[in-house]
Amino acid sequence: MNMKFLVTPAVLLLAACATSLSEDEAQKQAVSMMKSSFKAQGQASLARLDQDEVQATCSKYPPGATITKDVADKIEKAQFAAIKYPAKLMGDWKAGERVAQIGTGFQFSDGPTAPVGANCYACHRMSKGEISYGTIGPSLYQFGKLRGTSQPIQQYTYGKIYNSNAYTACSNMPRFGHSKILTEAQMADLTALLLDPASPVNQ
Amino acid sequence: MSRLSFAAGALLALCCGGTIAQTAAEGIERYRQMIAEGNPAELFEAKGEDIWKQKRGPKRASLEQCDLGLGPGVVAGAYAQLPRYFKDADRVMDLETRLVHCMVTLQGISDADAKRNPYSTPERPSDMESLVSFVTAESKGVKMNVALSHQKEREMYQIGEKMFYYRGGPHDFSCATCHGEDAKRIRLQDLPNLTNTKDAQRAYTTWPAYRVSQGTVRTFQWRLFDCFRQQRFPALEFTSDASIALTTFLAKNANGGTLAAPALKR
Repeated sequence: MNMKFLVTPAVLLLAACATSLSEDEAQKQAVSMMKSSFKAQGQASLARLDQDEVQATCSKYPPGATITKDVADKIEKAQFAAIKYPAKLMGDWKAGERVAQIGTGFQFSDGPTAPVGANCYACHRMSKGEISYGTIGPSLYQFGKLRGTSQPIQQYTYGKIYNSNAYTACSNMPRFGHSKILTEAQMADLTALLLDPASPVNQ
Repeated sequence: MSRLSFAAGALLALCCGGTIAQTAAEGIERYRQMIAEGNPAELFEAKGEDIWKQKRGPKRASLEQCDLGLGPGVVAGAYAQLPRYFKDADRVMDLETRLVHCMVTLQGISDADAKRNPYSTPERPSDMESLVSFVTAESKGVKMNVALSHQKEREMYQIGEKMFYYRGGPHDFSCATCHGEDAKRIRLQDLPNLTNTKDAQRAYTTWPAYRVSQGTVRTFQWRLFDCFRQQRFPALEFTSDASIALTTFLAKNANGGTLAAPALKR
């Protein structure tokens, strides 16, 4: 009994030293501190610091963290419902390859008329020929060869580019259609890059 | 072996290897070793020492009495314990913020003037880049030791951690998108996992760095500024609280790593 009496204040002291703010308080202060620490520049306004529901939720699930099924289901369902498909899902793979290579767009250093790219190669292996590829995302080499070009596969491919979170909640991949980063034509061209049997992805 | 043939060998390794990515990484590593023998950052260190000792500003004073945390005028080892809480300013400060503070208080330079030119361009060199080179070089070989002994330091660490995971902007990126997992790359560029001690140490202890591609020494403030640019966020303000909070988080995670800055990077 005496031992317990002695130990408890020491444990309390240790806990007080380890953290100062509650999780909620730290988050609140982080948000207000960021708002006073950034300034609008070029095309990047301060509104970019405001999170939508997906961003707010996903900030709690960093890469590698396990998302509970109900949280994931809720995000995926809502994001899937908002996908808009064009009449023609597959465009020109050659144009898609150019979009996949471009890394500019939406940075405050990019002029308003600078090309906006998808920068696929930054994170994905895509073709045999391009050896300068990143590994944040999975390899997409032979994506179409393994899946074919059926209507459901076209829909899935376009939908995944349009909104990655419709299929994988809190994916690292930008929501290219949902967030209006790419045009419908660009996303259809990327769908072709992934699925067209003639595309370097499927060689 | 001459540098030229060494470079040609590295290039050959880049083009014609069996496992291409692995060979490319080895080639890049050899290239780094090759150019590390003569780091142009030394020129910035020498210039920074001159600026440190020069009498400047309305008060015609040097920075030699600047307290970087270990007492007035003590430069050796100071960088290894930053950011830290400074009682005289009642604020947690990183190196750049503290240098601005000393310019204002010791030399009488206005806060706006002290912050005017943090990142050089080819036409406009930056005194801040030189000063940071000088001070950080005085901690070479010293182990990172951010104590978080003050409550405000602990709070800044916690806030910085939240910022690290904060997703936003048109692309939903956070720091963790690129720096939250082991052994990832963008194109061929290896990405340190800043939540893993070994990677965090290696990354933090090699900033600031002379960037070959930019022809100048870039500071840690610049590193964060340019990460957020690529993250598609607005512009991080120089010496802002958010920059200090994030630096506190990253510096603490690098504790125990031996400082090797200013380093040399591509």
